[in-house]
Amino acid sequence: MANAARIFIQIVKRDLRVASRQRSDLLNPLIFLLIVVSLFPLGVGPGPDILARIAPGVIWVSALLSAMLGLERMFRDDFRDGALEQMMLLPVSLEVSVLAKIAVHWVMTAVPILFIAPLLALLLNLPTTAWGVLWVTLLLGTPVISAAGAIGVALTVSLNKGGALLSLLLLPLLIPLLIFATAAVEAAVSGLSATGPLALMGAFLVITITLAPFAVKAGLRVSVN
Amino acid sequence: MWRWLHPYAKSEATFALNQKLLPWFLIPGLLLTLVGVIWGLAYAPPDYQQGESYRIIFVHVPAAIWSMGFYVSMAIAGLIALVWQIRTAEQAVLAIAPVGAVLTFISLFTGAVWGQPMWGTWWVWDARLTSQLILLFLYLGVMALYVAFEDERAGGKAASILALVGVINIPIIHYSVYWWNTLHQQSTITKVITRFESPSIAPEMLWPLVVNIFAFMGLAAALIIMRLNNELLRREIHRPWAQKILNTGDKENSDAV
Repeated sequence: MANAARIFIQIVKRDLRVASRQRSDLLNPLIFLLIVVSLFPLGVGPGPDILARIAPGVIWVSALLSAMLGLERMFRDDFRDGALEQMMLLPVSLEVSVLAKIAVHWVMTAVPILFIAPLLALLLNLPTTAWGVLWVTLLLGTPVISAAGAIGVALTVSLNKGGALLSLLLLPLLIPLLIFATAAVEAAVSGLSATGPLALMGAFLVITITLAPFAVKAGLRVSVN
Repeated sequence: MWRWLHPYAKSEATFALNQKLLPWFLIPGLLLTLVGVIWGLAYAPPDYQQGESYRIIFVHVPAAIWSMGFYVSMAIAGLIALVWQIRTAEQAVLAIAPVGAVLTFISLFTGAVWGQPMWGTWWVWDARLTSQLILLFLYLGVMALYVAFEDERAGGKAASILALVGVINIPIIHYSVYWWNTLHQQSTITKVITRFESPSIAPEMLWPLVVNIFAFMGLAAALIIMRLNNELLRREIHRPWAQKILNTGDKENSDAV
């Protein structure tokens, strides 16, 4: 058990160091998110009422799409340089390493989104009463994207044309997340309690974090022969 | 379970079993389709509200029921393939996926055709329509993932994993869209099973519908069996047993000519 914890921490440290040396990989999805969000006022018109109405959906759809861009790097480099095979040979079960990779991916891609979320809400004129709930939905929902995304990446990492395929596999699976996240924010906008959808999102979080590593392990076994 | 499944890990045994099962699905499937379609389209009484256009139900409901039913069976095949490492089960997953996708598409298409006169629109973002659309995407994902791999074995395994992940998600997707938006009517038949209520449809319409439901199952299962057998033969085309079957087939054909 202590061994597993030590390896978990080691992988987290290593991955954080590797990620911090490839800053553009981390920055690009974030800039993409900002650009997509700013496209909407240009597309549907700058009327504050319309923007406030569509803000929860726009922010969440953009967050999902930008997550699709950055997901691939979760296992890709490790697969190419053989580090993934070493990880599979470690004396602890692969799920521990997978969980560490998911955790690092979340810290590097989702935490910046949590920081710029108020900015996005401001750009789209979301009523300030809903800002807190939007932030909580992102806090609960982004780990689900990282964990479920890891399954898709594990299945497609050995393919060179993973990008579009990855979205095709993952986006249908993530629809419930989108529905409940936007439902929570919309409830908060109209002054209702958002605890129901938030509780369901919490349930998704628990389910995916606990079950996804097993599916990821099976997927990696297929990809790494 | 293992002892029962074990023999069918061999393609030859699965092929022989399939050949035995095929007529039991194909012949009743064809007969029931004939009976059900004629009964439903010609003899069932017109609906008092919807007139004749309700008759599309005899295609729409069976396709919708089995689009989900075959997804579950695909996931069960995927589970068997992953847990017991049985290759023929992987091929079963791939045999089921296109048939299920077509059934899903039929249910969506007939739903749109039916919705146009009844609801006045081809498409609404209603719960059942949306979840059916997502089901189609899941099927397409399984198929696309398989084709993306160059190694057929790896592709089959990856597709099995995805089918299994998808089946865990289907109830979640179903209820999430259900709570999100609803216009489609409640189910009238499956509630007999799920809620022990009597069906809310006139018996003269119910019986041809039931016939059609079984007809679709028989036909779709027969198609899947044929697809699976073709695939088994194709993969092992150089093995003696496959050669034997292919050669005798040739001889029969040449005799006929």
